[in-house]
Amino acid sequence: MTGIQIVQSANTVPERVVPNDELNTYMETSDEWISTRTGIKQRHVSTGQTTSDLCTSVAQKLLDQSGWQASDLDFIIVSTMSPDYLTPATAAIVQGRIGATNAFAFDLNAACSGFIYGLKVAEGLLQAPGSRGMLIGGEVLSKLVDWHERSTAVLFGDGAAGVLLENVKSTSSAFLATDLQTIGELGDRLTAGYQPVNSVFAMDSTDPHRQYFEMDGRAVYKFATHQVPESIERAVNQAGLLVDDIDYFILHQANQRILDQIAKRLDQPTDKFLSNVAAYGNTSAASVPILLDEAIQHGTLQRGQTIALGGFGGGLTVGTQIIKY
Amino acid sequence: MTNDEIFSKVQAIIVDQTGEDADKVTMTTNIKQDLDADSLDIFEVINEIEDEFDIKIETEEGIETVSDLVTFVEKQLAEKE
Repeated sequence: MTGIQIVQSANTVPERVVPNDELNTYMETSDEWISTRTGIKQRHVSTGQTTSDLCTSVAQKLLDQSGWQASDLDFIIVSTMSPDYLTPATAAIVQGRIGATNAFAFDLNAACSGFIYGLKVAEGLLQAPGSRGMLIGGEVLSKLVDWHERSTAVLFGDGAAGVLLENVKSTSSAFLATDLQTIGELGDRLTAGYQPVNSVFAMDSTDPHRQYFEMDGRAVYKFATHQVPESIERAVNQAGLLVDDIDYFILHQANQRILDQIAKRLDQPTDKFLSNVAAYGNTSAASVPILLDEAIQHGTLQRGQTIALGGFGGGLTVGTQIIKY
Repeated sequence: MTNDEIFSKVQAIIVDQTGEDADKVTMTTNIKQDLDADSLDIFEVINEIEDEFDIKIETEEGIETVSDLVTFVEKQLAEKE
């Protein structure tokens, strides 16, 4: 049977690790406060690497691991909410640096659901047998964080990870079902990186919007703990499966308490919900592929197993992709 | 819905979220202090109450005891009728 296969995965995170205690230098907080509420122990933070630097590193690792030539790629998608520029796209920078001359390249922004939305777009682009693409989620969120605002700064980290995808002839691998939802009317509950209209023609210089992360914690918590289980259930149904049939849930790593609550609502054991939020914090579009890559590299995830990949966050967006790995 | 009915539903939600024994959750219980609940526990309790009673709790400010919650729910339900 032909199917879309995750051929390789890789991740790159900045070397600089910031443990919870170090955040005391910039704001009043504590390891105890952060870890009991979020499960986060540390995060990796860029000391100058850009989103395209991290993504290019991932792209190069993917090529090295697979033995593919850069020219084999039909497309490159980077899911990010923290690109280097509004133009050129991060994916275009990566394409240029690795020399993927046959690939078209563009960025996709669905915040913390970006990798899941990207999988759906990639699936659509991989209908021809033998077609090949690269999907990367990469973020430098540290530039969008107010490092003196303890309600948000403790949550985020930087990193990138991605996969090579191929439409393979004889494989049991398959993309089984997708559920994507957007609740735009709640978009103002989670914002970052506002671009002010400050041209010479601008009438009002008192713009209330802020450049840095702003979040209505309870609204986002409620959204995540309600919408994610519902999205997983819809996707599982669509795949003709039961929630019990899912071997692992690889969900956006925002907060351990959210993951635990989702497990509870789905009546699933928490050990099926892989987690690395303690080591990386919330890396938005990078969190799902970093976790997926670790599951593959550690041998946790085996060919033939069925996984639910899930994202939730800014937009507000939510999405689930069921994959037979 | 009577005060007692509201209380037993609220009590069940708090017990489920905090893992406390039901007899430790009374009308005078201070949710944060007596039950060692943090802001996320409160989020979850309020979310569950919103769903259970189909009401909207805009802010958790001013809600400290179980009695505060029950009174709030009672008022909201009365306004709906």
